[in-house]
This record gives sequence, structure tokens and C-alpha cells, in this order.
Amino acid sequence: MAAVNAVPLALRQLGREWRSGELGILLLALTVAVAALTGVGFLVDRIKQSVALQANEVLAADLRLESPREIGDAYEREARRRGLKTARSTSVLSMAQLGEATQLANLRFVSEGYPLRGSIGVADAPFGAPVAVSSGPPRGEAWPDSKLLSTLGGKLGDTVSVGEVSLRVSRVLITRPDQGGGFAELAPSMLVNRADLAAADLLQPGSRASQAVLFAGEPKAVADFQRWLDGARERGQRLLDVKEASPQIQTATDRAGRFLSLASLVAVLLCAVAVAMAARRYVQRHLDSVALLKTLGASRMFTLAVSLVQLLVIAVAASVIGAALGFVAQEWLLRALKGLLRADLPPAGFAPLGLGFLTAIALLAGFALPPLLQLSRVPAIRVLRRDVGAPTPLVWLAFGPAVLAVAFLVWWVVREPRLFAGFTIGLAAFLVVLTAAGWLLVRLAGSLRGTVGVSWRYGVANLSRRRAESIVQIVAFGLGLMVLLLLAVVRNDLLSDWKRSLPADLPNFFFINIPPDVQAEFRMFLEARGAKTARALPMIRARLTQIDGQPIEALKFKDDRGERFAERDQNITWQAELGDDNKIIAGRWWTPADHGKALVSISEEYQQGLGLKLGDRMTFDVAGETFEAEVASVRKIEWDSFQPNFFLVFPPGLLDELAGTWMTSAYLKQGDGKVVAELVRRYPSVSVFDLDDILTQVRGVIDKAALAVQSVFIFTLFAGIVVLLAAVQATRDERRYESAMLRTLGASRGTVARGILAEFSALGLLSGLLAAIGATLAGYFIAREFLEVPYGFEATLWIVGLLGGGLLVAASGWLATRSVLEQPPASTLRGG
Amino acid sequence: MSNKEIVLEAQGLGKEVSSPEGPLAIVRDVSLQVRAGESVAIVGASGAGKSTLLALLAGLDLPTTGRVLLAGQDLNALDEDGRARLRAERVGFVFQSFHLVPALTALENVMLPLELAGRRDARAGAREALERVGLGSRVGHYPRQLSGGEQQRVAIARAFVVRPAVLFADEPTGNLDTATGGRIADLLFDLNAGSGTTIVLVTHDRALAARCGRVCIMEAGQLAPG
Ligand SMILES: Nc1ncnc2c1ncn2[C@@H]1O[C@H](COP(=O)(O)OP(=O)(O)OP(=O)(O)O)[C@@H](O)[C@H]1O
Ligand SMILES: [Mg+2]
Repeated sequence: MAAVNAVPLALRQLGREWRSGELGILLLALTVAVAALTGVGFLVDRIKQSVALQANEVLAADLRLESPREIGDAYEREARRRGLKTARSTSVLSMAQLGEATQLANLRFVSEGYPLRGSIGVADAPFGAPVAVSSGPPRGEAWPDSKLLSTLGGKLGDTVSVGEVSLRVSRVLITRPDQGGGFAELAPSMLVNRADLAAADLLQPGSRASQAVLFAGEPKAVADFQRWLDGARERGQRLLDVKEASPQIQTATDRAGRFLSLASLVAVLLCAVAVAMAARRYVQRHLDSVALLKTLGASRMFTLAVSLVQLLVIAVAASVIGAALGFVAQEWLLRALKGLLRADLPPAGFAPLGLGFLTAIALLAGFALPPLLQLSRVPAIRVLRRDVGAPTPLVWLAFGPAVLAVAFLVWWVVREPRLFAGFTIGLAAFLVVLTAAGWLLVRLAGSLRGTVGVSWRYGVANLSRRRAESIVQIVAFGLGLMVLLLLAVVRNDLLSDWKRSLPADLPNFFFINIPPDVQAEFRMFLEARGAKTARALPMIRARLTQIDGQPIEALKFKDDRGERFAERDQNITWQAELGDDNKIIAGRWWTPADHGKALVSISEEYQQGLGLKLGDRMTFDVAGETFEAEVASVRKIEWDSFQPNFFLVFPPGLLDELAGTWMTSAYLKQGDGKVVAELVRRYPSVSVFDLDDILTQVRGVIDKAALAVQSVFIFTLFAGIVVLLAAVQATRDERRYESAMLRTLGASRGTVARGILAEFSALGLLSGLLAAIGATLAGYFIAREFLEVPYGFEATLWIVGLLGGGLLVAASGWLATRSVLEQPPASTLRGG
Repeated sequence: MSNKEIVLEAQGLGKEVSSPEGPLAIVRDVSLQVRAGESVAIVGASGAGKSTLLALLAGLDLPTTGRVLLAGQDLNALDEDGRARLRAERVGFVFQSFHLVPALTALENVMLPLELAGRRDARAGAREALERVGLGSRVGHYPRQLSGGEQQRVAIARAFVVRPAVLFADEPTGNLDTATGGRIADLLFDLNAGSGTTIVLVTHDRALAARCGRVCIMEAGQLAPG
């Protein structure tokens, strides 16, 4: 009943309220918050989808079922019934013959439709620049890879025979989506149409074949089908999905996703501060009208309903405008990202609208509702006695909802316990510190009063007189500045780390199985042809048998990784110099005096997986010979340096006799295919891996992420500006009145102006100082714990924090209150 | 007149507030009976406690001691919303500074108490009330488009529109020049005579006080005898 009556009154008042400003700030704050969350939500989602699709290219499908035995066609029927696309790939290890030459090759018979995701890169000559095609060879043709064609000494148009069938070489295979990034496949390969499989007659008992069925379709249909297939598949059939995709891409996406979430969250939190400030001012301005309504007989519920209806209107408007802005922003971004993102992204849904409304409501409920509840408690007697305000609320009532709202939003955005805890605890600690520091400044200001000039005395006196307001403003400004600084720091760290890890001349070819006797010559050959080579390392296969005399079978390891390290053969190496992509984190690297000693340096992953410590004795078996070595150091390896790296490294002079083969990596300019072709002919035993494709993929993801990060940065900047506006506006009426009073009493405009400037500068300086401290600490924490990049201390942060804070706050305070001085005092006093 | 029923009664009313110098009694042992249709002026020096007494009588504030019976209801027995409801139905207010809602037109301001009391005919009633105070042609104007005297007339229309049992006024002519103040007073007493509404007003204006049926003098929180 009360609420029914309240609606028209609330709506009628809305127009006038709008002019008084705080509803505008409220709308602005909520709109920015909604836009940030929905925009980023959209973007992260779509980038993730895009990256997932690209990652799927590594499988040439969304899902892949593999088996060493024949796979029946029941799965494909079911998949097609669900609207999925399917294809088949059968690989057989067999001899390929061209003229007199023969070579063991991995023959891949692929059906029409292959690849379901990604494309095949082909060229007209070995190691040529690839052209993308969307399907495999037609019947009767074969696409050998560069290595195979080079070793067979063939060219386009030649006839190659496999099993009982003869095929015409029509293209050279450079890349295929499912070639994998690892070194699993050592044999060269050749793509053939699956229609030729039966004629080739290669599938005999005992032949080394493996079958794969590929599936792709809408994400939801694929997920449903995956669940079904996981239950239906037979033993020995292996189901592969995106999670097995290239780890570099995964890491880059994860980092980007985390950073974007963090950035959008910060914008939302800043907006929350602005909402709280606007709500405070709303309460101040409505004390009179609520008291009047009560005098006229309105109940408390009625007065509450009036403000709630107004806020609800604002919330709805903010959600619609914010979601629309978020949508436009991400559309614009997607357009900017064109070429990097896939064209066939699913369209945006309506979910962000609900998400935006929820954000607006959560912010209002947390930050505006408590002061409104207090407002409705203002006693009617205020109509006669102006000094009677709203009663002060219980602490938990005033802050509880805000804490809940923030926790809810943080969790909703982050959805990861560790980041949630780190972020909320850090935030709470920072708020406590800021509040304490704000209080301290206000205390200090009192003692400074006697020592400064009249303007500063007036300005500083204002700070201590409005103690609560001053503290609120210092906390708000400090928080705003801190996140802006933090974002700048973290963003720099992130981008420079990515740039550093992926320079343009990153090795794009790996060479393994280089015989020791031609190793030096091989490198010289590469360098003479303009390649930039990385270090060459010997490669020996070894198996761990004992740790500290305990047989490995008897030991338990805390995770799967440990088990795998223990079970599998490892490639080991020996090396005199420590590469600059390696860092010793425990123990020490060997000096020449240590060469020949039974020492080993292990990687951090290896140390953690097996629970090893310095001084542990490890026993290895190399080709039947056992030897023991002591753990001398632990290394942290930057795997994304794309240089040869090993978990286990020994000093020179210990394994020299055992060295089987060597490996190295090199950077070759695109189109230097002839060099590689020549190399393969000259050193037929060497295996070549072309990493260009993977590198391009990783770089693409990182570029996208960087652009997205920049754009989210803009939301946060907007939010920071909204906080400044809200904070300045919060005290504007009061300032206007005071300035009029002072000038009536004879103060010059200059004196009043300097007072205002002094007050805002003091506010800004302290906020800046606190923000710099906070950003340094938080930056360190975030860089180390979540982004896993090294943290670099930056002095500019402090300069920017202090100067920027002081100037920004002083300037905006000045701009927002300047009008105060331009009005004749009489008009202000009359209007007040 | 003495046989009319009592609409407002104060019994041993006291109000104490805490001040830096300890508890301070700003209203002390005030007893008062007001009959239906009476007009009572409360006069006294500034700071004597007149506004405080008025607030207690109208139920805007609660006394520390004693009680107020308004339209037969003990105000102490009602909660805040209960007192608000009673005000909506039986009480009108006129203040020194006119306390109109700036966002609402003159008509909407006058409709407000009717709507709060849940009356159906709010618009027609408000229009009629504005006509009675001579503002029938200004219904669509906002407070800032009206002069001080006109605003006070809107406030009076708003106070009378619910046909209250008691009208409280705190210095209703305090912000107006003598002539305008006189016209406002005419209006108040016309309405008082016409509808039988009881008037309790606080004023420094001797002329206004003199037109009331009874004058109570307040000194240091107490009603002076006489
Ligand atoms: N809540 C309170 N706390 C402290 N002092 C109060 C409070 N309410 C009223 N007073 C004091 O009580 C005294 C009476 O106030 P009141 O407003 O009733 O005076 P008044 O007679 O209406 O004066 P005026 O004619 O100037 O309006 C004043 O000295 C005032 O300062
Ligand atoms: Mg008074």
C-alpha cells in the first residue's frame, strides 16, 4: 500500500533529483561497473571460445577417439544423429618407395572432411612456405612431408608406392593440424586419401596401425556427446579433447583470462566506492524531505520505498545502458581483433543483460541500501530542529552488506579460491591500513595548523574538522590510485615478460638425432647459411633406478608427475655453461674443477615431483650401465625460451663416452626451406621439427590478450574518474556554503581558493603515498603468486603515485569546486 | 465554548536533553488543555522552549516525563509509524520556512497529505483547498515559481486539506512582511472559524497572538500562569 503510493511520488521527484547530481554519479558508477563486467565477460568468453577452437586444431577436431584396433562405425552414427561432423584418420607405419629409394614412413590415410578443425599447410617444394588448404589429398594422390620427399630424392609429379598401390605426388605436406608439438613422431609422414587404404592392403595382423575417429560441432553438442562417448567407448580406446592441447597456448590464455577478470573487478570495486559516496550525499540531501514526509504522516516504509523506487529505476537504466556499452565495446574489440580471432564465433547471448542487472543490484544493495535504511530513520522533529540527523547505524549493518556484495562479486568474477582469498584479504588489509593512515593524517593536520599560512591552515583545518569525510575520501582516492598503479605495473610486467619470452628470432626448428661426429660440422653448416643457432646439447636416454640407495619401485611420490618422472626414461645431457634461460634456485652450478665429478643438476619440476633435496644420491641406468650422482643444484627453467632444455643435466667429463646423439635448435627465416631440404639430404639421420606453426599460434593468442588488456584498462580508468567525481561532489554543497560565508566575512577569493587547493593537495598526496605502497606490495604478490612472472621494483610508481595523486586530486577538486568561487556569496547563502 | 470536548491535552510535560554541562531541562512540567475550535498562541523569548513544546504536542518528539493526549490518543502509547498515521489523519502543520517539496507542483504538494492518508479524492480536494487560499490559478506552479507569501498559502492549504482536528504552526508569519503576514493570519483564522479546526501556534508576532482566543506565555521552559 505504502509502496504503491510511493511509486508516483518517487518518479515525480526523479527529474529534480537528477539535477542535484548524485543520481547522475550513481548512474554513471553503476553503468561503468555494468559495462566493465559485461564487456569483459563477453570478451573473455569469446576469446576463450576462439582459443579453444584454435587449440582444437591441434587435434584437427574437437574430440578424437584413438585406438590401435579397428573402431566400429556406431560412434560416428551417434555423432551424426546429434548433428556433429565426423572424419577418420588411420596411420600405418610402412615403407614408402620412390624409384630405387625406400624410407620408413608414417602413412596417414584421411577421409573426406579431414581436418574438421584447422587446415593443412602444403607447398610445391620441400620446406617451402605453406599454403593453407581445407582438405586432404584426393584419391590416387599422396602428399609426403618435406623430409620424406627429400630423403626419397623425389619431386612433384613422381610416383610413390606404398603397399600394393601407386600414388602421384601432388603436393608437399608442410603442416597438418594434428601433428603435435612434441617429439613423439620421429618417422617422416605422408598424407593419403583413405579411399586408397583398402587397395594398399597394409592392415595386416601385426602391422603397426592406429585408428582415429574425429568429431566436431557446436560446443554444447560436443560436450554432451563427449559424456556419452566416455561411457560408451571400449577399453583401449583413448578419448582426447582440448585439454591436451599445446600448453603454451593454455598458459597464455589462462594468464590473459585472470588478468582480465582482475582488471574488470577493479573497475567494479572502484564503482562501488563511487556508489557509496553518492549514496552518502543522497542521504544528506534527503534528510529534510524525509522528515517532512514523516511530519505529514508518512510511515518509515513509505519514505524508504520512495528512495528504493528511485534507485531501482537507476539500476535498471544503468544495466541497460551498461550492458549496451559493454556489448558495443566488445563488438568493437572483436572487430579490432579481426584476423586474430576466428570468424565463426558463436554470437553473443543475452546472458550479460542479467549479469549486468545483478551487478547493479549487488552494488546498490551493498553500498546504497544501508545508508538509505538510516535515512528512513531520520526523526520528524528535524523539521523544527535542523541539527537532528539520521542515527548512526550499527557497524555490521553499515558495512556488512558492502562486504557481502564485494565478496559476492569477487567470487563471481574470479571463481578460484586462492585468487579470491588473496584478493579479498589484500583488499581488506589495504582498507584497514588506509583508514588508519587517513586517521593519522587528520591527527597530524591538527598539530600543523599553527605552523602554516592562512590558506593552508584553513585547508588543513577543514580536513580535521570533517574527519570522517576526509578519511573516506583518502581511502577512496587511495584505492582508486592504487589499482590504477597496480594495473600499470602488472600490465607492464605481463607484457614485457611475454615479449621477452617470445622474441622474433626464437628458434623455429629443432634438430635431434645428430650423430656426435658430425655435430660441429652440422652447426657450421647451419650458421654458414644464415641460421641463428642455439646451444647444442648431447642427448642420452637414462632411467632412474634408485634414490639414496632405495629402489625406485619401493618409493611413493606425492603426485602423478612424480610417478611419471620415476617410471619413464628421461633424456639427459651434460653441459659446462648454464644457459641464460636457466636460474639456479638451490645449490650451485659447477666450476671447471667439478667437471668429471658425479654430480647432477635437476629442474625445479623434477625436484618437486620426486621430493628431492640437495645432496640426495640418485642412481641411473644408461644402456645397462649404472652410475650414481649427487644432486648439486636445482634449476628453474623458462620452458618458453624454445631452447633445448633438460630436466637432468650432468657436468662434462662424466658421460662423454655414453653420448648417443646431439640436439640443437635454430632460427631460420621463413622461406629458407631449401637450406633444410639440403640439410636433410646431407644428414639423413637427423630429425627436423618445424615449430613455426606453434609459435604463430602462441604469438596470436598473446597479441589478442594484450589488446584485450589494454581495453579493460580503459574501463578502470573510467571508474577511477567516477570515484573522483563522486568524492568531490560529496562535499560540494558544504564547500559552496563555507566559501560564501568566508567571503562574506571578508576573505578574498584567492585565500579561499588556496585553502581549497591546499586541502585537496594534502588529500591527494597522502592518497598517492598510500597507493604507491599498496601497489608495490600488491604488484609483488600478484606477479609472484598468480602471474608467475618475476617482479621488478619500479621507482616511477612512487613518483607517479605521489605527484599524480596530488595533482589529479587537486586539479579535479579545483575544477569541481571552482564554480563555488565564481558565484556571488549572496546567491549561495540565499539558496542554502 | 467551555462545553466543547478537549482535543489536545498535556499532562506534566517535561523534556530533558543532555548538554556538555550536564542534563538540561528545556521544557518543564507543562500542563495544558485545548478544546475543539480554540486558538492558542504560545509566545515567549527566543530559546524559551516554544518550538520544543510544539514538537511534543504534535508528537514529532517524545517527552521525557508526562504525556500528551491528541484527539483522544495517548501519544506515548503509539510507535513512530502510529504517530505518523495519526498526524496524517488528524494534524496539520505550517512552518516558518515553508517546507514545500520542491520537486512537486503546488497542487501535488497539497495532494501529498491526502495521498498519505489514503484518500481517493486527492486531486479534487487539493484543488478546492488551493482555491480557498486564493491560488486556484497557480496549481501547476512549482514552489520556486511562487513568492514567499504564496508558498505559505500553499503550506496552509496543505495543512487544512485533510480537515485536521488540530493545526500546529511554528512562526507562520516569521518570514513574511507585516502586510503579507496579516493576510496569512486572516486565512488561518477564516479556516479556523469555517471548519472548527483547533489552532496551536508559536509566534513572536504580537498582532497574530492577539487574534488568538488564548495566549500562553513561556519562560525558561515553563508556562507562566495567566
Ligand atoms: N535536542 C536538544 N539538545 C540540546 N539543546 C536543545 C535541544 N533541543 C532544544 N534545545 C535547546 O532548548 C532551548 C529551547 O529551544 P527551542 O527551539 O524550543 O526554543 P524557542 O523557544 O523555539 O526559540 P526561538 O523563539 O528562537 O525559536 C534552546 O536553548 C535550544 O538550544
Ligand atoms: Mg522556535
